[in-house]
Amino acid sequence: MNPDYVALFNALRPETALVLGALAVLGLDMAIDRRRPVGERQRYALWVAAIAIAAAFVPAWHGPRGQVFGSVLVLDHLAVATRLGVLVLTMLTLGVIRAAPVRHPAEYIAVMLFAATGLMLMAAAQQLLLAFLALELASLSLYVITGIGSARPDAAEAALKYFLFGGMAAAFLLFGFSLIYGVTGSIELPVIAAQISVQGTNPILLVALVMVLVAFGFKVAAAPFHLWAPDVYQGAPAPSAALIASASKLAGFALFTRLLWPGFHAASGSAATFAGGPGWLPAVAVVCAASLLLGNFAALAQVNVRRLLAYSAIAHAGAMLLGVMAAGRSGPGPLFYYASTYGLATVGAFGVVTTVAISSRCEKISDLAGLYRRSPFLAATMTVYILSLAGIPPLAGFFGKLMVFSAALQLGGVAGPAGWLALLAIALSAVALYYYLIVVKQVLVADPPANSGPVAAPAATKLALGAAAALIILLGLFPGVILGLFQ
Amino acid sequence: MRLLPWTVYLTLAGALLSLAAGRRSAAAARWAALATAVAAWGVALLAGTRFIPASSLQTLTDLAWIPAMGVRYHLAVDGISLTLLVLTGLAATAGVLFSWNIEESTGEFFALFLTLVAGVYGVFLSADAILFFVFYEVAIVPKYFLIAKWGSTNREYGAMKLALYSFAGSAMVLAGLLWVYAAGSAHSFGFADLAQAAATLPRHHQIAVFALVFFGFATLAGMFPLHTWAPTGHVAAPTAASMLLAGVVMKLGAYGCLRIALPLSPVGFAYWQTPIAWLALVGIVYAGLVALMQEDLKFVIGYSSVSHMGFVLLGIAAATAQSVGGAVLQMFSHGIIAGLLFAVVGRMVYDRTHTRMLADLRAMPLYRLLPFAATVFVVAGMASMGLPGFSGFPAELSILVGTWKAFPAWAAVGALGVLVAAAFTLRAIQQGFFGSWPTGSAAAEGGARAHSLPPITLPEKAGALLLVAATVVVGLRPDLLLNWINPALQSPLLQAVIRGGTP
Repeated sequence: MNPDYVALFNALRPETALVLGALAVLGLDMAIDRRRPVGERQRYALWVAAIAIAAAFVPAWHGPRGQVFGSVLVLDHLAVATRLGVLVLTMLTLGVIRAAPVRHPAEYIAVMLFAATGLMLMAAAQQLLLAFLALELASLSLYVITGIGSARPDAAEAALKYFLFGGMAAAFLLFGFSLIYGVTGSIELPVIAAQISVQGTNPILLVALVMVLVAFGFKVAAAPFHLWAPDVYQGAPAPSAALIASASKLAGFALFTRLLWPGFHAASGSAATFAGGPGWLPAVAVVCAASLLLGNFAALAQVNVRRLLAYSAIAHAGAMLLGVMAAGRSGPGPLFYYASTYGLATVGAFGVVTTVAISSRCEKISDLAGLYRRSPFLAATMTVYILSLAGIPPLAGFFGKLMVFSAALQLGGVAGPAGWLALLAIALSAVALYYYLIVVKQVLVADPPANSGPVAAPAATKLALGAAAALIILLGLFPGVILGLFQ
Repeated sequence: MRLLPWTVYLTLAGALLSLAAGRRSAAAARWAALATAVAAWGVALLAGTRFIPASSLQTLTDLAWIPAMGVRYHLAVDGISLTLLVLTGLAATAGVLFSWNIEESTGEFFALFLTLVAGVYGVFLSADAILFFVFYEVAIVPKYFLIAKWGSTNREYGAMKLALYSFAGSAMVLAGLLWVYAAGSAHSFGFADLAQAAATLPRHHQIAVFALVFFGFATLAGMFPLHTWAPTGHVAAPTAASMLLAGVVMKLGAYGCLRIALPLSPVGFAYWQTPIAWLALVGIVYAGLVALMQEDLKFVIGYSSVSHMGFVLLGIAAATAQSVGGAVLQMFSHGIIAGLLFAVVGRMVYDRTHTRMLADLRAMPLYRLLPFAATVFVVAGMASMGLPGFSGFPAELSILVGTWKAFPAWAAVGALGVLVAAAFTLRAIQQGFFGSWPTGSAAAEGGARAHSLPPITLPEKAGALLLVAATVVVGLRPDLLLNWINPALQSPLLQAVIRGGTP
């Protein structure tokens, strides 16, 4: 291989912009007086970060396509779309930060940019080593911003829990990767794919696949690897939770879909019947069913908004796993549409919860009571997010479900397990409506508590929340916009 | 004709307008809503005058929407949908008139009300199953808020129950449609394409798909035993929402059964025909008997709606041209009559006497206190019983005659239902409106003046007269609507399930 560093640099301009932005955030914070009020330092840091993301957006949109640097990176439809999605979701998260008083704003925002860098690399990585490094860059950054943003003890608990689970998952992933290297003799996905299709499956490869799936389940908060999610969503500063729930999930799905389908498709087993040799599809199907059932039923019992969002996230991870199973036949378009619009709604929901918390406690669902009186804007956007999560048309969440479920049903119709899972997911969406309506009822119908005043949202937060709601509505009315990226 | 999609757009724009106007004053929101409802109804009526009946759906708009799945933004109309569009306009206009007294968050109320109406218009115009589904859900969500926020008795329970039943029903529909689309390798969600795709499935799959789609829609149509959301929802809802719920929204379910479920799989229909008919008959008689026992006047009407919708389902299940035509006519007729009954009980009586319990009403001579309300209720009751001269008569008659030709036993049981309907209606009229002061009470001696109630307002009178006029016109000239409906029953899709060429 003749290393083409110019092409590599060219392809990595968005990541470069993010890293330079992170350094500029830190540098600027050093340069101005650090004894200034936190709010002011936060404002400067946010401006620099926003410029960096905007600067990254242009090359991510117009940049080169195809294989880069041998086959270390691949910039195909999925990678380009995911990189854009990560940038948009991170940008929206910056707006959420404005409403959340974080302790060390410059460091917090810089680490968040590093996390975004890792997520962007995950989207494009096509080599096991780079995939692992990108995943770890993102994960370590996310552990940090779970812990440092807030002085609350449950933030520290959340960070520790996330770190311990994450470390375990990383160990599994690395062990799995090393077994795959041992079996196939390569860390490049195209070579691995070719090797597996020649060799067929063998027990060591299956062990390796299970280990990869463990890490996958952890990264996207799928049951039974979800145990960290409720505590992290509850304890972490809201912007961190928003990023973990949205961009991190999107990039996780992109990375593992790439590993599973182009990489290990020869070891997938049959999607229609699961007959014809063991593979990873049956395992994904089990995780999918577990996530759907556990997420939806556990969410029914929640009283804390953030824990509710966590269990809803687990349920949605189950639905997205259906999209992963269908990606081999229908392409990653439906999955990406689902994951990205889900991310928009989640960032928005966390943003509203954070903004309400500026003026009063916002932990229980009942703390949202009467939001329509306290801030019509927040109430309207929250309604859009929650109804989109519930899958009510014409919001984007509905079309995500529609496309993923119909793609899953096309895998051998209802005769196959994928079809049954799709029917299960549709049935459970009626269950899910109940807990989503509980939230919307508090927001729009219940009377506000006697001692509560209006909620004032910072302009940047309003902008981000408005943009997220508008995107959910527009992408719902014109779903072809995102699907067009995949054609 | 080309203007018909504007019923949807106008109503949505009107929803935004009344939301904005509501910030200024409640009166502005009311007038904006009334203007919108009348304008959209006018569009539907205008299209009706220019409508040339044909057997096929007449396309109004057809654009690619989600090309990857073959979903199209396809609006079309035939005689069946036009009938229901006119009904929607009428019910919406009357609903606005009967909510003239909403003072709390008036703008929001009318915005949600009109969003619901827009969704209903959209459903009746859709010629693509996914588009149909989208509009269907757009109509479901506002119902929840209308009931939970502006409703009365046990409103949060009623609203949640209604929303969950509706959504569970629509989830079944979605599952069935996607199943056909995916397993039958359809290229679009057009009704004919879906029917073709369904025909390629094995028989037992067709039976299952038909059950999912039909019973999903029938939930919203109030089919026994999936009807329990309807009485609680109707009772909890504010008057205008009850009128729309019983008047139009339950029709969405029946319309879905007729437009999507039936043509989807004639094989599945043949399997389920008898169970559906008996469920419909049980619904007619059972709900009628329950209505006979109710003490709350609104529950009487809630259960009577279930009973009357049973006739619609019976007409569809019998699947003769005459019975299906009668079913569509019954949808129209019941939409008006149920609206009228709910308007009298929920608005004219309850808002003045603050009771709907028959025990209380027996102790006041409403026919003297509110003569207008009593008159309207008697007229609506007569229409509801199916007396000649009102729309209920030709509708139930053609359902029963059409059913008799194919399945005499069903028609016999259905006729029993008509008797039960007469019984509970007469009981409601007699006990609710022709009570008398308890002997010896102060009121009896002081006369009505001691207990004078606020007079019936102009909007109420206008709304009531509008609905009474409609039921009389259709009762005397059912051919006005049947001339639209019958050609539509000759479409190839429906002919696959409907017996008998010309009615």
